[in-house]
Amino acid sequence: MVKDLVSGYEPMTSIEAITAGLESVGYISTRPISTSVFLAHGLRKPILIEGPAGVGKTDLAASLSRWLDVPLLRLQCYEGLDEGKALYEWKYGKQLLYTQILKEKLNDVIGDAQTLEASLSELGTFEDLFFSEQFLEARPLLTAMRQSAGSVLLVDEIDKSDEEFEAFLLEVLSDYQVTVPEIGTIRANVPPIVILTSNNVRELGDALKRRCLHLHIGFPDHKREQRIVQARVEGISETLLDQMVGFVQSIRELDIKKRPSIAETVDWAKTLLLLHANTLDETFVRNTLNVLLKHESDIAAVTTDIPKLVRQAVSGQSASGRASPY
Amino acid sequence: MDRQITSFIRALRSSDVRVSTGEALDAVRAVALVGYSDRTLLKDTLGCVLAKSPDEKVTFDELFDLYFSRKDTPLGSGESSDQNQEANSDTAAKDAPQDLVELMESGDETAITTAIEKAASAAEVDDIRFSTQMAYYAQQMVKQMGGESLQARLLDALSQHTDEGEAEAEHLIDMRRDLTRRARERAQRAFDVFGKGETRQFREDYAASKRLSALDRSDMERIKVLVAKIAKRLAVKHSRRRRKKSRGQLDVRRTMRANAGMDGVPFNVIWRQKKRERPKIVVVCDVSGSVAQYVRFLLLLLWSMKDVVPDLHAFAFSGRLYEVDEYLEDKPFEDAMAEIMRVAGLGSTSYGQAWSDLKVDHEQLIDRRTTLMVIGDGRSNYGDPRTDLFRDFASRAKRTIWLTPEGPGLWGTGDSEIPRYHPYCNQISHVATLKDLERAVDDVLSAYN
Repeated sequence: MVKDLVSGYEPMTSIEAITAGLESVGYISTRPISTSVFLAHGLRKPILIEGPAGVGKTDLAASLSRWLDVPLLRLQCYEGLDEGKALYEWKYGKQLLYTQILKEKLNDVIGDAQTLEASLSELGTFEDLFFSEQFLEARPLLTAMRQSAGSVLLVDEIDKSDEEFEAFLLEVLSDYQVTVPEIGTIRANVPPIVILTSNNVRELGDALKRRCLHLHIGFPDHKREQRIVQARVEGISETLLDQMVGFVQSIRELDIKKRPSIAETVDWAKTLLLLHANTLDETFVRNTLNVLLKHESDIAAVTTDIPKLVRQAVSGQSASGRASPY
Repeated sequence: MDRQITSFIRALRSSDVRVSTGEALDAVRAVALVGYSDRTLLKDTLGCVLAKSPDEKVTFDELFDLYFSRKDTPLGSGESSDQNQEANSDTAAKDAPQDLVELMESGDETAITTAIEKAASAAEVDDIRFSTQMAYYAQQMVKQMGGESLQARLLDALSQHTDEGEAEAEHLIDMRRDLTRRARERAQRAFDVFGKGETRQFREDYAASKRLSALDRSDMERIKVLVAKIAKRLAVKHSRRRRKKSRGQLDVRRTMRANAGMDGVPFNVIWRQKKRERPKIVVVCDVSGSVAQYVRFLLLLLWSMKDVVPDLHAFAFSGRLYEVDEYLEDKPFEDAMAEIMRVAGLGSTSYGQAWSDLKVDHEQLIDRRTTLMVIGDGRSNYGDPRTDLFRDFASRAKRTIWLTPEGPGLWGTGDSEIPRYHPYCNQISHVATLKDLERAVDDVLSAYN
């Protein structure tokens, strides 16, 4: 049984291989993340990722596709998203245009039919022409099923879609096949690796949760955040890296509206690098705080604490510098 | 090995983590992929297959650590380790008498642990539900291990009336105490894993159906947890927006727009949809002594659902009517309640006064999407009930719901004005327990679907 399950995506042999592979494309994984990817592959189950915005939920899918060298198909969910936008649609316009252009030809075809019935049956033989692959507009779900070498299907922010869409998605994801009545059933050769992300706008249905593996990605610890920034921002000095990550980590513990996530840390690192900062100091922090914090009230709340926090980050640097091996 | 998983899943279920059969199968398959050798890996694996929300993750972590606490002997391993367990337990009962004393004297920890596990599965300790059963199960385990023969030897030794006999008796008593302690520890562990969730569930069910007026301080903490749970349940149920399609009514404007690319030929027909209104609730609370307790729980419940009902206004009165939204928003709930009682709790109850205050100051709050909730016993000290004003509110509001802690038998007795308000209410409900409150609020919100 297990042998049958592991098909396609050769590089995914073990959890360590996944961690290493993801790192090779710049995604610093953790053990739970790699484990769930491994299981998703082994059990052919979608992964449902929850967690605050900007901790790398979407990026996991992108990195996977880069590492495995398979296409990434992204389905962004929103209220009102329906089958036509997610699965497939007929190209009505093209169909209409072709019938207009081929009008004369149609006359030829049914020209020799005497009765209305006869011409209808003549026409019936050509019906399939207009409902063929040629007129089929494939949307992400169908495209994912058709990839011969597999793909990574990212269903982003599933919590924003409607309940009905959730039910529909379940159907597609349970057996990785899609039926287009006019054409037939399209079955995925290699089932896509499916990643669903949610920001918890609404509680997801039990049925969907039951069919997915559940992974929660939270804010990273000091060490992992350092490695992430190092992987993303080239040429940042170790001292600055350690200090700024320490600063961000301590900001996260404050009582603020929106805590900065990894995306903001990376942006901030780039900003500091651009300003040629070598070490963290109060003026730099004060001037660039808006990169890290996105609410006026948050900035105001943190500004008063800047001297203390900077001192902490700078002095804490030596201690944590010894602890981390790089 | 799968037995361990199923037994662990049973433990999870008893602690309120809902695990479906499908997920159980997934867990077995997942474990087949990763194996048992690495504990962290096993935890990560089972965690992502079995626990599907932050709450469930917490419970899962707790139980996992308890259940797989000693890796060599997880709960239930006695069951799975020997294949012909039934035959074994029969012989164990016979063999044990000779063995037990020797076994205990040998001090071989592994052998003792194995024997205890065996006895535990024979005594079905994992079926434990309540903490009061622990002593019983411990006793059963000792019995399975041959405790009776130990007892016989003990009596034997005592009846010798010699120093040697005394010494042996003392030795045996120590041994029995040690054995009982071990058995109790095992039963305690079984209770922690399998019984705690059930016990809590039982207590909550009990609290939910107890009369609110009969709840005392010791119940408060439990009730608060319970109210939070109810609020979450209702929020999940009502936060899902369902769009209603009204069939047969063509949305001409949107249809034309959608089909503009097709030369105006209406391939895509778009029907009109009914918009679902957001709930708006105005709750008027009688905070005189007899009703105060009920008001507390209603407000606690409604305030826990602020996400679903952003448009919520609360008023409290006994004499005059006061708006209490501010208190509830600014302060922790208990402090807010105390403040409300201090401000509004004085004076003799007058419904008529409350209606006229509502009319003068806040009439604009009540419109066609408002549900007017009144909680009170309708006892107005024989004052003018001002039914004219109440009728006016009721005709403007979407629905008018009256919750009263008094049963129908008391309506209209003494100074109760309920029968005079009754004709204008969509519903008068008798709320006595937390369950009644949940039903009432559920009802109000369902009307907006």
